[in-house]
Amino acid sequence: MSVELPADADAVQTPAEVADLLGDLVIGREEHLNAPGFVIKPNSVVDALRRLRDQAGFDHLSCVTAQEYEDRYESIYHLTSYDDRTQEVSIVVPADKENPVSQSANEVFRTADWHEREAYDLIGIEYDDHPDLRRILLPETWQGHPLGQSYDQDQPQVVPLREHQNPLLEDQTADNDSETMYLNIGPHHPATHGVLHIKTVLDGEQVVDLEPDIGYLHRCEEQMCQNSTYRYQIMPYPDRWDYISAGLLNEWAYARTAEELADIEVPEYAQIIRTMGAELCRMAAHFLALGTFALDIYGDFTALFMYSIRDREKVQNILEELTGQRLMFNYFRLGGVVWDLPEPREDFFEMTRDFLEDLPTALEEYHDMMTSNEILQVRTVDTGVLPPEVAKSYGATGPVARGSGIDYDVRRDDPYGYYENLDWDVVTEDGCDNFSRLLVRMREVEESAKIVEQCIDLLEDWPEDERNIQSNVPRTIKPDDDTEIYKAVEGAKGELGIYIRSDGTEEPGRFKIRSPCFSNLQTLPEMSNGEYVPDAIASLGSLDIVLGEVDR
Amino acid sequence: MSSDNQQPFVTDSSKVGTATREARLSGQDNRFNSRLREAFGSSPFILTKFDKFMNWVRGSSMFMLQFGIACCSIEMMHTYAVKHDLDRFGAGVPRASPRQADVIIIPGTIVSKFAPRMKRVYDQMPEPKFVIGMGSCTISGGPFQEGYNVVKGAEEVIPVDIHIPGCPPRPEALVYGVAKLQERIANGESSPVTVKPYELEEFGDLERDEIIDQLAEEIDVEDLVMRYNWADSP
Ligand code: SF4
Repeated sequence: MSVELPADADAVQTPAEVADLLGDLVIGREEHLNAPGFVIKPNSVVDALRRLRDQAGFDHLSCVTAQEYEDRYESIYHLTSYDDRTQEVSIVVPADKENPVSQSANEVFRTADWHEREAYDLIGIEYDDHPDLRRILLPETWQGHPLGQSYDQDQPQVVPLREHQNPLLEDQTADNDSETMYLNIGPHHPATHGVLHIKTVLDGEQVVDLEPDIGYLHRCEEQMCQNSTYRYQIMPYPDRWDYISAGLLNEWAYARTAEELADIEVPEYAQIIRTMGAELCRMAAHFLALGTFALDIYGDFTALFMYSIRDREKVQNILEELTGQRLMFNYFRLGGVVWDLPEPREDFFEMTRDFLEDLPTALEEYHDMMTSNEILQVRTVDTGVLPPEVAKSYGATGPVARGSGIDYDVRRDDPYGYYENLDWDVVTEDGCDNFSRLLVRMREVEESAKIVEQCIDLLEDWPEDERNIQSNVPRTIKPDDDTEIYKAVEGAKGELGIYIRSDGTEEPGRFKIRSPCFSNLQTLPEMSNGEYVPDAIASLGSLDIVLGEVDR
Repeated sequence: MSSDNQQPFVTDSSKVGTATREARLSGQDNRFNSRLREAFGSSPFILTKFDKFMNWVRGSSMFMLQFGIACCSIEMMHTYAVKHDLDRFGAGVPRASPRQADVIIIPGTIVSKFAPRMKRVYDQMPEPKFVIGMGSCTISGGPFQEGYNVVKGAEEVIPVDIHIPGCPPRPEALVYGVAKLQERIANGESSPVTVKPYELEEFGDLERDEIIDQLAEEIDVEDLVMRYNWADSP
């Protein structure tokens, strides 16, 4: 077999071609609903992933799912391509039950670092050659692996408070270099957007080393979903992953995956409502990102922050009309949405139109006060630079990837809902810096407004007797045993994916959430090392993380 | 005063007496003999207990700690900002440092890793301090009560004065909660601790048992730790 690159590495790869490429590494086949699965030996992970990345264009390691079966452990690497999201392949790596060791993929994809640490933390698989295999979400003294099968939830745990010792007392310095200073940022800090802890080593004003320490909001979302039924009980939880009003976007991630898993149709009318609701959520989420970014950069609590909250209030009012809730909507159902637009419909349309009409003026204000603000420009242009190759290696998605010029948006690349039939654009900026990420968000608000407007037009003219908001869905849903699926949608922060393995009951056997913020946050050290501390804070703000989703 | 004075801005006070000033000088005007003064009689003093006065002051000017944990903190931000504007109630100044704050609103789920840190933040606040638990998570763990890592309510860690139910509570509910707290403070009430909270202890002081023995290698005897028991808490 020749080793040279295929003529066109981006061309569509059939499963047979992938099998050819992997050759004798493959020891078995599996079928996942979204992609072909290839089983490989635990010691050939790097080899297989490298071949797929370099020769078949699978350059996006979207997620690593780990799970424990009766007889084995398993890690699944969900690969896809930044150029063509519909190309997917799952690499399944079984590991021994007694001694679960598997090779780390960190060498090929940097994003594997954190994903594998999480797998180690929650499931207990150990990864060979991993640079730093420690617990990531749970405290380092935790006993047992909570999503493994033998975990005893009732055993007591002891949590130490080491990081919080006052560094000034001991004059903490980094191990070997007495010129540096160790600084804790967080977990309670106004600029960390929640409970994030950043361990920073400084040399003067410059960041020498920076390590995000997460897990202060690890609310066991995966366990919660694994203990809930598909039909009704899971849906409220997604609202609480990315809680910056992005509820409907998250609900859609679950709805899309479960609908595909259980083969449920969604009526067209419901899809339009979903699309509209989701884009409203995206706007609200981006508004908050703008407001808090201004707060981070120049402490603007009085003007821009208030403006952004004002605009969010408007969106929230619309969403409250639609769903009945301000923040935790619980509006989607498998097979549709829970109820139709509020009556009188004209009022709802008018309210939404009013908001859309005011939007250009509002955005003008934002531009006046933010993008054309010299202080902000000095602080953000050319700081926190994230080159596209690095972003890809870390699996960055959403506005972070698009701010680095990566033209990738699940809404367009792997279409769902009603997006295909509407007229809108994917926004990219190629500055790769904090400013570009800000611009992307601002322009995305405009695109979302375009989408909402078109949806409103469609909904207004929809014939009255065809307003079908839910298809016929059985009361209990029991997908066939051992069906596996991984599906993603474009959340407010990027690609939000769900992996579900059914075990023949009403509850998922394994429910894994691929959070965009988790991957995006991983790029923070790349962006901040060598820069000044305030720039690191700006970079963190520009990533627009939400800890509920990072920690899940 | 001659008209060719070189310093036109120096005014002769005897010539510009205003109504207000005259009233003040002569003490005749109603404005200075307000209803309040009428009610108190001729004495310009109010007699009250110092404690009572201090409680009233405390309740009327509360500095909140800028403290966000989870979803509820989004609604908390909305409460601080336009439209709901918590400042109207004398409680809208979020302070970033616990050492400047009187009230901590706990807006979200507390997990085992965060509980010791939250306790530390609470300990750093100067007395007298008050706690508002916002949302179901701070009451019982809320939707995540069954989670292996979740502390079932803020009262496991620190005493709470006011609980605001909801998931998340609407901003109006938070405003109501704050107003209730002000009322309680003004009346000098404080809450009894209902649950024995998790304490920060030195590792060496913990009762020895299986898990402590296991961890003895990893944790220094002087390290502060919080023992966390999922099964035992209510
Ligand atoms: S009470 Fe509900 S909204 Fe508030 S933090 Fe808990 S889950 Fe989030």
